[in-house]
Amino acid sequence: MGHAAMNSAYIVGTGNTAFGLHQGRNALDLMAEAALSALADSGLGHDDIDGVLCGYATTLPHLMLSTLFCERFGLHPDYAHGMQLGGATGSAMLMLAGDLVRSGRCRNVLVVAGENRASGQTRDSSIQTLAQVGDAEHEVPNGASVPAYYALMASRYMHETGTSEADLAELAVLMRNNAAQHPDAHLRTPITRDEVLASKPIATPLKLLDCCPISDGAVALIVSSARSDGPRVLIKGAGQAHLHQHLTAMDSVLACGAGVASRRAFDEAGLRLADIDLLAIYDSFTITLAMLIEELGFAPRGGSADRLRNGDFHHGGPLPLNTHGGLLSFGHCGVAGGMAHAVEAVRQLSGNTGGRQVAKATHALVHADGGVMSSHVSLILSRES
Amino acid sequence: MNDSPLLQSHSASFAQGLAQGVLRFLYCTACETPQTLTRYICTRCRSPQLIWRDACGVGTVYATSVVNRAPSDEFRALAPYLLVLVDLEEGGRVMGQGALGLSIGDRVRAGFRQHADRQLMVFQPCGDGKPMIDGTGETR
Repeated sequence: MGHAAMNSAYIVGTGNTAFGLHQGRNALDLMAEAALSALADSGLGHDDIDGVLCGYATTLPHLMLSTLFCERFGLHPDYAHGMQLGGATGSAMLMLAGDLVRSGRCRNVLVVAGENRASGQTRDSSIQTLAQVGDAEHEVPNGASVPAYYALMASRYMHETGTSEADLAELAVLMRNNAAQHPDAHLRTPITRDEVLASKPIATPLKLLDCCPISDGAVALIVSSARSDGPRVLIKGAGQAHLHQHLTAMDSVLACGAGVASRRAFDEAGLRLADIDLLAIYDSFTITLAMLIEELGFAPRGGSADRLRNGDFHHGGPLPLNTHGGLLSFGHCGVAGGMAHAVEAVRQLSGNTGGRQVAKATHALVHADGGVMSSHVSLILSRES
Repeated sequence: MNDSPLLQSHSASFAQGLAQGVLRFLYCTACETPQTLTRYICTRCRSPQLIWRDACGVGTVYATSVVNRAPSDEFRALAPYLLVLVDLEEGGRVMGQGALGLSIGDRVRAGFRQHADRQLMVFQPCGDGKPMIDGTGETR
């Protein structure tokens, strides 16, 4: 047991601000609140943190955000840097934090990100910044944006799989219902399938309620070599895949890389798909969620809405999905938006969600994508009692 | 100037083509594979021997989206407009705008249209009898 424990990485603390609007607070303010909360949750002190990984903030494009944060927050780590991998940044930082801890490089790594993406810039500015994930010569000059890239992908995916707009709407409704149970969620007013279908067109087939909101917020987690008391959450397996950067270069919408990343994570964990009883899957748009659920193997192609209608992804079903409400309703503030999925998985696995607790959570799959289904990171988090 | 293909800047060639009303694509002279987007290394055989070729402009629509919410003032004037991904006859895939009403699987031909300070590539249905106007003003 001694040897195995030395080579394990546990998530021992989580923290988040509420997501939504935080007028007058900048990225560092929000990161500090989340980090304080994660430290308190872990029982560790500032001087216990010897590693810091920090996600980028579009509202604070600083050359050295990690050590800028450390100075403000009173940290003097042995190891620190930032990371940029779009929406997959948070999961990639957790994967690296796990490796740093397992290798013995660090004992306690703080993983933190946050930004005032909603109140710190205009909507146009935010949309234009994000659109630059498109190819600067071949894609962006056509008048494209992130919703448009995902919409193009959606048109092809629906063509190949028979997925309908009503199917996608079901996913938005579930995310909103889940968010309504979480006091920190950005959007908590329940919506119906018909309201999703009737919402303002953005880029066909995606409508406003198929798209995540732009939020302010921050999230922090602490990855440690030391086992905490009580139920422990272990980073059991992790995997990445990067098959393309741009939508135009994605060979097939049926093989974007998610399945490759998750197979690597399952192999490392020594687990199978059937072992998973909790899902925390990136959902920047409804189509993102449908494609990932299906490529990861949790529903047949075109079949995620059927499983949802059957209750399988609901709170009381066999595979509860994004019980915090996901990007679609908990909110999206950039890197931290994708980290909220991991935080919710950790809290469910450790039985620490209050009224949102699912009946059984032993092995969670966390999956994030960055860009336009470009970079994929899968994590398998397991409860060790 | 170093003439190693690896060190040649490909970055202006595609845009220069568009400005002249020509759709260009990179082509591997080692294994004859057409490339999507700009590359330094062939996606198939990893050779750096890539050259730009002119495409005939004909292809098949792979994906479509009508953009209602344009990302900037420059494009707001055009909305709603259609974005398309097109698989070119020569191979490779490109993004452009398209005539409203195009669907996945439609055969199309690239045309060009001046918008603000740039030339937009706009795909039109093939064989609808309408002449296509390219950037030089010549009918093609």
